[in-house]
Amino acid sequence: MTPPPAEIRGGLDSPDHASHDSAAHEPYQPVFTAGGEARRELDELISHYPQKMAALLPALWIVQRERGWVSNEGMAEVAGLLDLTPAYVKGVVTFYTMYHQHPVGKYFIQVCTTSPCGICGAEDVARAFLEHTNAGELGVTSPDGRFTVIEVECLGACGFATPVMINEEFIESVTPEKIPSLLAGLE
Amino acid sequence: METSAAKMITLTIEGRQVTVPEGTTILEAAKQVGVLIPHYCYHPGLPVAGVCRMCLVDVEKAPKLAPSCATTVTEGQIVHVHNEKSLEARKGVLEMLLINHPLDCPICDQSGECELQDYTYQEGREDSRYREPKRFNPAEDFGGDVVYVPNRCILCTRCVRFMDDVAEDPVLNVSERGDRALIGKFEGKDLTHPWAANVVDLCPVGALLSKDFLNKARAWELDRTASICPNCTQGCNVIMETRENQLVRMRPRPNEYVNAFFMCDWGRLNYRWMNEKNRIELPMVRQGSTLVATSWEQAITAAAAVLKGKRAFVAASPMLSNEALFLLTQLMQGGAFRVVEGDEAPLPGVDDLALRRERAANVYGAEALGFTKTRDLLGGLGQGDVLVIAGEDLVGVDSAALARASQVIVIGPVLPEGVTNAAVVLPVANFAEEEGTVTNLRGRVQRFTQARQAPGETRPSWLVLGDLLGALGKQSAFFLPSDVFARLASSNKAFAGLSYDAIGFKGLPLATAEATGPKAPLAMGAA
Amino acid sequence: MGYPHQSHQRETPVLSKHFGDEGARTLDGWKSRGGYQALEKALGMAPADIVSVVKESGLRGRGGAGFPTGMKWSFMKPGDGKPHYLCCNADESEPGTFKDRELMRWTPHALVEGCAIGAYAIGAETAYIYIRGEFTEPLYWMNQAVKEAYAAGIIGRNAMGTGKRIDVHVHKGAGAYICGEETALMNSLEGRRGNPRIKPPFPAVSGVFGMPTTINNVETLIAVCPILMNGADWYKKMSLSNPKSTGTKLYSVCGNIERPGTYEVVMGFPFREFLYDLCGGPLAGRSFKAVIPGGVSVPIQTMEEAEASLMDYEGFVAQGSMLGSGGVIVIDDAQSMVAVIARIARFFAHESCSQCTQCREGTAWTTKILERIRDGQGTTEDLDTLLDIAEQMTGKTICVLSDSCATPVVSGIKKFGREFEALIQGRGVHHVIAAVA
Repeated sequence: MTPPPAEIRGGLDSPDHASHDSAAHEPYQPVFTAGGEARRELDELISHYPQKMAALLPALWIVQRERGWVSNEGMAEVAGLLDLTPAYVKGVVTFYTMYHQHPVGKYFIQVCTTSPCGICGAEDVARAFLEHTNAGELGVTSPDGRFTVIEVECLGACGFATPVMINEEFIESVTPEKIPSLLAGLE
Repeated sequence: METSAAKMITLTIEGRQVTVPEGTTILEAAKQVGVLIPHYCYHPGLPVAGVCRMCLVDVEKAPKLAPSCATTVTEGQIVHVHNEKSLEARKGVLEMLLINHPLDCPICDQSGECELQDYTYQEGREDSRYREPKRFNPAEDFGGDVVYVPNRCILCTRCVRFMDDVAEDPVLNVSERGDRALIGKFEGKDLTHPWAANVVDLCPVGALLSKDFLNKARAWELDRTASICPNCTQGCNVIMETRENQLVRMRPRPNEYVNAFFMCDWGRLNYRWMNEKNRIELPMVRQGSTLVATSWEQAITAAAAVLKGKRAFVAASPMLSNEALFLLTQLMQGGAFRVVEGDEAPLPGVDDLALRRERAANVYGAEALGFTKTRDLLGGLGQGDVLVIAGEDLVGVDSAALARASQVIVIGPVLPEGVTNAAVVLPVANFAEEEGTVTNLRGRVQRFTQARQAPGETRPSWLVLGDLLGALGKQSAFFLPSDVFARLASSNKAFAGLSYDAIGFKGLPLATAEATGPKAPLAMGAA
Repeated sequence: MGYPHQSHQRETPVLSKHFGDEGARTLDGWKSRGGYQALEKALGMAPADIVSVVKESGLRGRGGAGFPTGMKWSFMKPGDGKPHYLCCNADESEPGTFKDRELMRWTPHALVEGCAIGAYAIGAETAYIYIRGEFTEPLYWMNQAVKEAYAAGIIGRNAMGTGKRIDVHVHKGAGAYICGEETALMNSLEGRRGNPRIKPPFPAVSGVFGMPTTINNVETLIAVCPILMNGADWYKKMSLSNPKSTGTKLYSVCGNIERPGTYEVVMGFPFREFLYDLCGGPLAGRSFKAVIPGGVSVPIQTMEEAEASLMDYEGFVAQGSMLGSGGVIVIDDAQSMVAVIARIARFFAHESCSQCTQCREGTAWTTKILERIRDGQGTTEDLDTLLDIAEQMTGKTICVLSDSCATPVVSGIKKFGREFEALIQGRGVHHVIAAVA
């Protein structure tokens, strides 16, 4: 029987996202300026539902796409457009794990370690990513600002252990051996 | 509420048969036969959530325990609340609520009035099986009067539902997920809503606390009396709480005809004036250039002598009771009052409930009894009249008008500053120190009772005024405020048919067309 | 299709026929493979007749609950004057399950077609496909397919020229397993936290936006197409064991096995042959120790139970588990059952929405105890506590995430108790724990 692996920190006792970073960031530029592309996109999305509020998740995705993360200002902007309060939007944002509430590394690496992948060596994959990106700890951005590595729950590709997402890219069958070339392929 | 056409359902709860309208929940039906089903997240003034899982009951023939706050009754149901299955389930919920709960009872304000303590003591485990580190989050200032202590929070979400659905100001949320969840708000958007402090009452535990009350008293040290909030004309029903004769807190008392379960922050936090220290403690009579303390009998006699055969003008406070104001009308030829005004602040989720513009309890009583509301308090004071200042402090009143008075009698808790020549001074109780009734803006007459002892030789206003009228030969003395009210009811058409017994502690409307108050309970927001 | 392996001859590829076939993803490609004939046929039928065919076929929900689909559709009352909605549950997040991902990225038009038929059958003009945010490829292909279908007039105001309106919208989730629960999905779609709702009211009465709604799994909706084309009898005949389990089922096979992938077999197929023959058996030098046949929410099976199972709803129940989502997780002798179960518990603790006390606190407490046992710090009292907690977490909450966390713990302790004991005793000393919080 293999001994249990050394605990990878993170998980239940810490937030999903990298440690809440309260450092000052660049001033927020509104995403949904009148007449802009994003605004048109949002208006089109709103038309899919009988209630404006239903466009909340899609709107937040647009903010994250345009700004890299969802800041308080982003939440306030979306709230205003959909007739919601910022507190309400924040409650929604903090529920869903995929919205970043602070900036993350250029490459946000999410490694599935839930049991089906866990028994196929997912923890080794996560450890290898930490090592090769120099991020050191789960949820912490590497010193060069390029990488943040986190553990995630089942990514729905269990037969292709271990699946990894890097930003929006979904990569199947990652093993520790493949990681150096994978990372080398990123700008 | 019920209409005569509603279908009625009969079921058995804990062996007691109960018949209720279709659509009633098991939990509410149980109340009607005296069975309290323990619960946290349910509150009759809020939409149902069904999340705490404390109210699960065993319904015979059902496959699972039913959440009684969210399950409507069906004909012939047999419900067990205190059988083994239900007790085990509640024991489990209590254990789960306590695993991350800090052992804060010794330092937590809620201690002694905490529903987690109460139910755990009644039905919980004696020990804890939890061996792991507890979840920790720092306390947070939510703004307004409210402090949030996340470690104690049981996530019942009553506060969120109150702000969302009753205050209609969604500034609170549930943040995060799973056992990381806590109540949150948005940076810069605080609990400044004029009704926000109700969340402190609603919180079953010590997670939401009043900054005003923080560390001031232990719940079991408090004396409590039923009263009416004196701070505006809505007449919210309250509980006045004192510690060592000082008012330390006011909390709402439910009244489905006036304030549902709530009171506004302005009213709630404005109790300190009733602890006022600058009091007249002894009856006094002028001798030369000074006021000299004397006995009540002598003071009353002196006051009667001043008034006999003279025209009297009363400048009254709209904080005075119906009883006091009624007796004042017996000795005056004219009377007026002024009232401080502020902005109206409604509670949207409850029909006709607001912090009212006029910031005193008995404006409508005063008007119904014949006093004139005015901005110029002494405008009606005629040349040579005896001025009776009843309960007023005259702050801001042009004292030049005082010169028109031939004599001045002060009947009140404090000696008005601009008055330097009072002939007689009679110290009477303030609103918290006596019993009586007041009339709210919808003509509802409500009883308030004594919450604290008045200082020195101070007496109730109705007693003093009754004695004064007796000394003027107008009537015999009163021994109870209810007697005064009975006299009022028999002599004033609007108050006809009312009595203390009939009014009870929910109040009754005046029998006038102006009394537009609801005869039926106020409508609440969507259930 | 044993995708990504060669299709095994004992499979019955109906839904998986085109896995790996890139040409199937485009509208033209799909049509040339027989696509949209089912929709055309459906639009010429009365909705009630479509419902009858589906009822007759015995199709049951393939997301995990196994509720008869035709019956579910019949709950939608026609002519009530309210807008009806169809929601396709593409939130596939049950660990061990990855079949819907394959269906969407290889046969996206099949799902558009299935949604359109489903919407029409229940009197809905709008269908939402709720796809979990992590499914980059399925999102891309489903958005493409919807766009193509609109452009070709297959869906939209005038679906296939029939004058009937069918709108299909893709809605992207944002990372929450619980949004796979039907009422939580509806809340999420409405722009809320993904909290499950109390039932009643049921979705067919008051669902998304307060309107009558039906929620179906991806595989279920896609299966409707061949059922309509080939008839209910054809589907019913595909049943090797229990007549209440008909048709084919996609199984996602993963874990310590030679050929993980997505397999399609007829209901009632023998599980032993499935594992050792179709899927290639254990990895070199290892042997199977345990199987979870239907995603982590179903009871763990011993190999004895697994090898005696027939792969249908009743068959797995008879061998101490459930078919669930068909996510087959195979665990070999190199794994620690305690570590596996601890990680499953951590999954549930992570995903709990936080509403119900037993789930919010119980999932995390269970996880902490299991991890302590795994790390050699457990006591025998812990096992009793775990079972008590599991009892409290079962049948007492708004949704069954709580029960799902309890299930692997209970079945794990019951069937693999030796491993728990060994770790507990391995510590050497029994500590007396003081009864202080």
